[in-house]
Amino acid sequence: MQVYGVDIGSRLLLGTAQYPSPAILGDAVRASGAEIVTVSLRRESGGNQHGQAFWNLIRDMGVRVLPNTAGCHSVKEAVTTAQMAREVFDTSWIKLEVIGDNDTLCPNVLDLVQAARLLSDDGFDVFPYTTDDLVVAERLLEAGCRVLMPWGAPIGTGLGLNNVYGLRSMRAHFPDVPLIVDAGIGLPSHAAHAMELGFDAVLLNTAVAKAGDPVMMASAFAKAVEAGTLARSADPMEARDMASPSTPVLGKASLG
Amino acid sequence: MKIIVNGQSLEVTAKLLDAALGELGYGDARVATALNGEFVPKPARASTSLGDGDRLEILAPMQGG
Repeated sequence: MQVYGVDIGSRLLLGTAQYPSPAILGDAVRASGAEIVTVSLRRESGGNQHGQAFWNLIRDMGVRVLPNTAGCHSVKEAVTTAQMAREVFDTSWIKLEVIGDNDTLCPNVLDLVQAARLLSDDGFDVFPYTTDDLVVAERLLEAGCRVLMPWGAPIGTGLGLNNVYGLRSMRAHFPDVPLIVDAGIGLPSHAAHAMELGFDAVLLNTAVAKAGDPVMMASAFAKAVEAGTLARSADPMEARDMASPSTPVLGKASLG
Repeated sequence: MKIIVNGQSLEVTAKLLDAALGELGYGDARVATALNGEFVPKPARASTSLGDGDRLEILAPMQGG
Protein backbone atom coordinates (compact mmCIF):
# COMPACT_ATOMS: atom_id res chain seq x y z
CA MET A 1 0.00 0.00 0.00
CA GLN A 2 1.21 3.49 -0.80
CA VAL A 3 -0.18 6.58 0.93
CA TYR A 4 1.05 10.06 0.12
CA GLY A 5 4.08 8.58 -1.61
CA VAL A 6 5.08 6.37 1.32
CA ASP A 7 5.17 2.59 0.98
CA ILE A 8 3.50 0.88 3.93
CA GLY A 9 4.00 -2.85 4.49
CA SER A 10 1.41 -3.49 7.19
CA ARG A 11 -2.27 -2.97 6.39
CA LEU A 12 -3.17 -2.62 10.04
CA LEU A 13 -3.04 0.85 11.60
CA LEU A 14 -3.31 0.93 15.38
CA GLY A 15 -4.48 3.54 17.88
CA THR A 16 -2.45 4.12 21.04
CA ALA A 17 -5.19 5.02 23.54
CA GLN A 18 -6.79 3.12 26.43
CA TYR A 19 -4.13 0.43 26.97
CA PRO A 20 -3.63 -0.90 30.51
CA SER A 21 -0.01 0.34 30.54
CA PRO A 22 2.65 1.85 28.26
CA ALA A 23 4.47 -1.50 28.26
CA ILE A 24 1.37 -3.33 27.01
CA LEU A 25 0.87 -0.63 24.36
CA GLY A 26 4.42 -1.23 23.15
CA ASP A 27 4.00 -5.00 23.08
CA ALA A 28 0.64 -4.71 21.31
CA VAL A 29 2.06 -2.45 18.59
CA ARG A 30 4.91 -4.90 18.02
CA ALA A 31 2.54 -7.89 17.96
CA SER A 32 0.26 -6.13 15.47
CA GLY A 33 3.09 -5.43 13.04
CA ALA A 34 1.59 -1.95 12.56
CA GLU A 35 3.89 0.59 10.93
CA ILE A 36 1.54 3.51 11.56
CA VAL A 37 0.03 4.45 14.93
CA THR A 38 -2.40 7.23 15.71
CA VAL A 39 -1.65 9.82 18.39
CA SER A 40 -3.22 13.02 19.67
CA LEU A 41 -2.53 16.30 21.45
CA ARG A 42 -3.87 17.17 24.86
CA ARG A 43 -3.26 19.77 27.56
CA GLU A 44 -0.20 19.26 29.71
CA SER A 45 0.66 20.86 33.03
CA GLY A 46 4.09 22.42 33.27
CA GLY A 47 6.77 20.13 34.57
CA ASN A 48 4.92 16.81 34.57
CA GLN A 49 6.36 15.76 31.17
CA HIS A 50 3.77 13.04 30.50
CA GLY A 51 3.77 14.09 26.88
CA GLN A 52 7.52 13.77 26.59
CA ALA A 53 7.44 10.28 28.13
CA PHE A 54 4.75 9.19 25.69
CA TRP A 55 6.67 10.69 22.77
CA ASN A 56 9.82 8.79 23.82
CA LEU A 57 7.82 5.55 23.95
CA ILE A 58 6.43 6.05 20.45
CA ARG A 59 9.78 7.12 19.03
CA ASP A 60 11.44 3.99 20.40
CA MET A 61 8.88 1.83 18.57
CA GLY A 62 10.23 3.06 15.24
CA VAL A 63 6.75 3.55 13.77
CA ARG A 64 5.31 6.41 11.76
CA VAL A 65 2.79 8.57 13.63
CA LEU A 66 -0.56 9.76 12.35
CA PRO A 67 -1.78 12.57 14.65
CA ASN A 68 -5.53 13.05 14.91
CA THR A 69 -7.87 15.95 15.54
CA ALA A 70 -10.10 13.84 17.80
CA GLY A 71 -12.79 15.71 19.67
CA CYS A 72 -12.81 18.72 17.34
CA HIS A 73 -16.29 19.96 16.47
CA SER A 74 -15.51 22.86 14.13
CA VAL A 75 -13.33 23.68 11.13
CA LYS A 76 -11.38 26.23 13.18
CA GLU A 77 -10.71 23.82 16.02
CA ALA A 78 -9.63 21.02 13.68
CA VAL A 79 -7.36 23.24 11.56
CA THR A 80 -5.66 24.78 14.61
CA THR A 81 -5.19 21.34 16.19
CA ALA A 82 -3.68 20.06 12.94
CA GLN A 83 -1.25 22.98 12.83
CA MET A 84 -0.18 22.29 16.41
CA ALA A 85 0.17 18.55 15.70
CA ARG A 86 2.37 19.22 12.67
CA GLU A 87 4.80 21.13 14.84
CA VAL A 88 4.85 18.72 17.78
CA PHE A 89 5.01 15.48 15.79
CA ASP A 90 7.03 16.88 12.90
CA THR A 91 4.79 15.35 10.23
CA SER A 92 2.46 16.70 7.56
CA TRP A 93 0.14 13.70 8.05
CA ILE A 94 -3.12 14.40 9.85
CA LYS A 95 -6.08 12.15 10.61
CA LEU A 96 -8.83 14.70 10.22
CA GLU A 97 -11.84 14.28 12.48
CA VAL A 98 -14.58 16.90 12.66
CA ILE A 99 -17.28 15.45 14.87
CA GLY A 100 -20.90 16.37 14.21
CA ASP A 101 -22.79 14.39 16.82
CA ASN A 102 -21.78 13.34 20.32
CA ASP A 103 -23.87 10.18 20.51
CA THR A 104 -22.59 8.60 17.31
CA LEU A 105 -19.35 10.57 16.84
CA CYS A 106 -20.53 10.82 13.25
CA PRO A 107 -18.32 13.17 11.24
CA ASN A 108 -19.74 16.53 10.22
CA VAL A 109 -18.98 15.92 6.57
CA LEU A 110 -19.69 19.49 5.45
CA ASP A 111 -17.11 20.92 7.84
CA LEU A 112 -14.83 17.97 7.14
CA VAL A 113 -14.61 18.88 3.45
CA GLN A 114 -13.95 22.52 4.30
CA ALA A 115 -11.21 21.66 6.79
CA ALA A 116 -9.69 19.14 4.38
CA ARG A 117 -9.42 21.84 1.71
CA LEU A 118 -7.80 24.36 4.05
CA LEU A 119 -5.30 21.82 5.33
CA SER A 120 -4.47 20.36 1.91
CA ASP A 121 -3.85 23.88 0.59
CA ASP A 122 -1.54 24.41 3.58
CA GLY A 123 0.59 21.38 2.68
CA PHE A 124 -0.97 18.74 4.92
CA ASP A 125 -1.47 15.13 3.84
CA VAL A 126 -5.03 14.64 5.03
CA PHE A 127 -6.49 11.29 6.12
CA PRO A 128 -10.19 12.17 6.51
CA TYR A 129 -12.38 10.18 8.90
CA THR A 130 -15.60 10.14 6.90
CA THR A 131 -18.76 8.13 6.19
CA ASP A 132 -19.38 5.85 3.21
CA ASP A 133 -21.19 8.66 1.33
CA LEU A 134 -19.80 8.68 -2.22
CA VAL A 135 -20.60 12.33 -2.89
CA VAL A 136 -18.75 13.42 0.22
CA ALA A 137 -15.88 11.16 -0.81
CA GLU A 138 -15.71 12.89 -4.20
CA ARG A 139 -15.63 16.29 -2.50
CA LEU A 140 -12.83 15.16 -0.20
CA LEU A 141 -10.77 14.06 -3.18
CA GLU A 142 -11.46 17.38 -4.90
CA ALA A 143 -10.32 19.11 -1.71
CA GLY A 144 -6.94 17.41 -2.02
CA CYS A 145 -7.25 14.17 -0.03
CA ARG A 146 -5.39 11.22 -1.54
CA VAL A 147 -6.76 8.63 0.88
CA LEU A 148 -10.23 8.13 2.38
CA MET A 149 -11.12 6.59 5.74
CA PRO A 150 -14.81 5.63 5.94
CA TRP A 151 -16.18 4.38 9.22
CA GLY A 152 -17.23 0.78 9.69
CA ALA A 153 -19.42 1.72 12.65
CA PRO A 154 -19.35 4.54 15.24
CA ILE A 155 -16.05 4.95 17.10
CA GLY A 156 -15.64 2.60 20.04
CA THR A 157 -18.74 0.49 19.35
CA GLY A 158 -17.07 -2.61 17.98
CA LEU A 159 -20.13 -3.27 15.81
CA GLY A 160 -18.10 -4.09 12.71
CA LEU A 161 -19.10 -3.13 9.18
CA ASN A 162 -22.55 -1.58 9.55
CA ASN A 163 -23.11 -0.88 5.87
CA VAL A 164 -21.40 -3.49 3.76
CA TYR A 165 -23.22 -2.33 0.65
CA GLY A 166 -21.97 1.23 1.16
CA LEU A 167 -18.40 0.10 1.68
CA ARG A 168 -18.51 -2.23 -1.32
CA SER A 169 -19.88 0.61 -3.46
CA MET A 170 -17.10 2.86 -2.26
CA ARG A 171 -14.47 0.30 -3.22
CA ALA A 172 -16.03 -0.12 -6.67
CA HIS A 173 -16.40 3.62 -7.22
CA PHE A 174 -12.83 4.49 -6.23
CA PRO A 175 -10.75 1.57 -7.47
CA ASP A 176 -7.47 3.51 -7.34
CA VAL A 177 -7.86 5.51 -4.12
CA PRO A 178 -6.35 4.03 -0.94
CA LEU A 179 -9.34 3.23 1.30
CA ILE A 180 -8.96 2.50 5.00
CA VAL A 181 -11.85 1.38 7.20
CA ASP A 182 -11.51 3.48 10.33
CA ALA A 183 -13.58 2.92 13.47
CA GLY A 184 -16.17 0.44 14.61
CA ILE A 185 -14.11 -2.70 14.15
CA GLY A 186 -14.52 -4.98 17.17
CA LEU A 187 -13.26 -8.38 16.07
CA PRO A 188 -10.57 -9.78 13.81
CA SER A 189 -13.34 -11.20 11.59
CA HIS A 190 -14.55 -7.62 10.96
CA ALA A 191 -11.06 -6.64 9.84
CA ALA A 192 -10.79 -9.70 7.61
CA HIS A 193 -14.16 -8.81 6.09
CA ALA A 194 -12.99 -5.27 5.27
CA MET A 195 -9.91 -6.65 3.56
CA GLU A 196 -12.00 -9.23 1.66
CA LEU A 197 -14.11 -6.33 0.36
CA GLY A 198 -10.92 -4.92 -1.12
CA PHE A 199 -10.08 -2.21 1.38
CA ASP A 200 -6.43 -1.30 1.54
CA ALA A 201 -6.14 -1.27 5.32
CA VAL A 202 -8.02 -1.01 8.61
CA LEU A 203 -7.49 1.37 11.50
CA LEU A 204 -8.59 0.33 14.98
CA ASN A 205 -7.87 1.00 18.62
CA THR A 206 -10.45 -0.05 21.20
CA ALA A 207 -10.78 -3.63 19.93
CA VAL A 208 -7.16 -4.25 20.86
CA ALA A 209 -6.73 -1.89 23.81
CA LYS A 210 -9.85 -3.09 25.63
CA ALA A 211 -9.36 -6.81 24.98
CA GLY A 212 -8.59 -8.93 28.03
CA ASP A 213 -5.20 -9.63 26.46
CA PRO A 214 -4.37 -6.71 24.14
CA VAL A 215 -1.12 -8.25 22.90
CA MET A 216 -2.79 -11.52 21.91
CA MET A 217 -5.63 -9.60 20.26
CA ALA A 218 -3.13 -7.45 18.32
CA SER A 219 -1.60 -10.66 16.99
CA ALA A 220 -5.08 -11.99 16.09
CA PHE A 221 -5.82 -8.80 14.12
CA ALA A 222 -2.51 -9.06 12.28
CA LYS A 223 -3.40 -12.58 11.16
CA ALA A 224 -6.95 -11.57 10.22
CA VAL A 225 -5.76 -8.66 8.09
CA GLU A 226 -3.28 -10.91 6.36
CA ALA A 227 -5.96 -13.58 5.79
CA GLY A 228 -8.41 -11.05 4.36
CA THR A 229 -5.76 -9.58 2.09
CA LEU A 230 -4.78 -13.01 0.77
CA ALA A 231 -8.42 -13.96 0.28
CA ARG A 232 -9.06 -10.84 -1.79
CA SER A 233 -6.04 -11.57 -3.95
CA ALA A 234 -7.17 -15.19 -4.36
CA ASP A 235 -10.40 -14.04 -6.08
CA PRO A 236 -13.19 -15.54 -3.89
CA MET A 237 -15.98 -17.68 -5.36
CA GLU A 238 -19.34 -16.12 -6.16
CA ALA A 239 -22.01 -16.68 -3.49
CA ARG A 240 -25.26 -18.32 -4.68
CA ASP A 241 -28.67 -18.93 -3.16
CA MET A 242 -29.21 -22.60 -3.99
CA ALA A 243 -27.04 -25.48 -2.85
CA SER A 244 -24.62 -27.08 -5.24
CA PRO A 245 -23.00 -30.42 -4.34
CA SER A 246 -19.25 -30.27 -4.04
CA THR A 247 -18.82 -34.05 -4.29
CA PRO A 248 -19.25 -35.26 -7.89
CA VAL A 249 -22.67 -36.73 -8.65
CA LEU A 250 -21.33 -38.61 -11.67
CA GLY A 251 -20.28 -42.15 -10.70
CA LYS A 252 -22.38 -42.27 -7.56
CA ALA A 253 -23.39 -45.86 -6.76
CA SER A 254 -27.00 -46.93 -7.14
CA LEU A 255 -27.71 -48.30 -3.67
CA GLY A 256 -31.33 -47.29 -3.12
CA MET B 1 -0.77 39.79 34.78
CA LYS B 2 -3.34 37.00 34.85
CA ILE B 3 -3.74 34.70 31.86
CA ILE B 4 -5.78 31.54 31.36
CA VAL B 5 -3.43 28.58 30.85
CA ASN B 6 -5.14 25.38 29.73
CA GLY B 7 -8.35 26.62 31.32
CA GLN B 8 -6.74 27.65 34.59
CA SER B 9 -6.20 31.26 35.69
CA LEU B 10 -2.50 31.83 36.45
CA GLU B 11 -0.31 34.82 37.31
CA VAL B 12 2.72 35.39 35.08
CA THR B 13 5.28 38.18 35.04
CA ALA B 14 6.69 37.44 31.56
CA LYS B 15 5.40 39.67 28.78
CA LEU B 16 6.38 37.36 25.91
CA LEU B 17 5.14 33.84 25.19
CA ASP B 18 8.50 32.05 25.18
CA ALA B 19 9.46 33.58 28.53
CA ALA B 20 6.06 32.70 29.98
CA LEU B 21 6.52 29.06 28.95
CA GLY B 22 9.81 28.97 30.83
CA GLU B 23 8.21 30.62 33.84
CA LEU B 24 5.38 28.07 33.83
CA GLY B 25 7.81 25.14 33.85
CA TYR B 26 7.64 24.02 30.24
CA GLY B 27 11.28 24.84 29.43
CA ASP B 28 12.30 22.69 26.47
CA ALA B 29 9.15 20.52 26.65
CA ARG B 30 7.78 19.19 23.38
CA VAL B 31 4.62 21.30 23.26
CA ALA B 32 2.61 23.36 20.79
CA THR B 33 0.94 26.63 21.70
CA ALA B 34 -2.19 28.53 20.74
CA LEU B 35 -3.04 32.01 21.97
CA ASN B 36 -6.70 33.02 22.00
CA GLY B 37 -7.48 30.16 19.64
CA GLU B 38 -4.74 30.95 17.12
CA PHE B 39 -1.74 28.66 16.61
CA VAL B 40 1.56 30.29 17.55
CA PRO B 41 4.48 28.47 15.86
CA LYS B 42 7.57 27.93 17.96
CA PRO B 43 9.70 30.51 16.08
CA ALA B 44 7.03 33.17 16.73
CA ARG B 45 6.87 32.68 20.51
CA ALA B 46 9.70 35.11 21.22
CA SER B 47 7.87 37.91 19.45
CA THR B 48 4.36 37.11 20.73
CA SER B 49 3.18 39.47 23.46
CA LEU B 50 0.82 38.40 26.22
CA GLY B 51 -2.01 40.51 27.54
CA ASP B 52 -4.17 40.35 30.64
CA GLY B 53 -6.89 37.71 30.25
CA ASP B 54 -5.28 36.01 27.24
CA ARG B 55 -6.16 32.35 26.77
CA LEU B 56 -3.11 30.17 26.27
CA GLU B 57 -3.35 26.50 25.27
CA ILE B 58 -0.26 24.34 25.75
CA LEU B 59 -0.60 20.89 24.18
CA ALA B 60 1.69 17.86 24.30
CA PRO B 61 1.80 14.41 22.65
CA MET B 62 -0.82 12.06 24.04
CA GLN B 63 -2.34 8.66 23.29
CA GLY B 64 -4.95 8.76 20.55
CA GLY B 65 -7.17 6.60 18.38
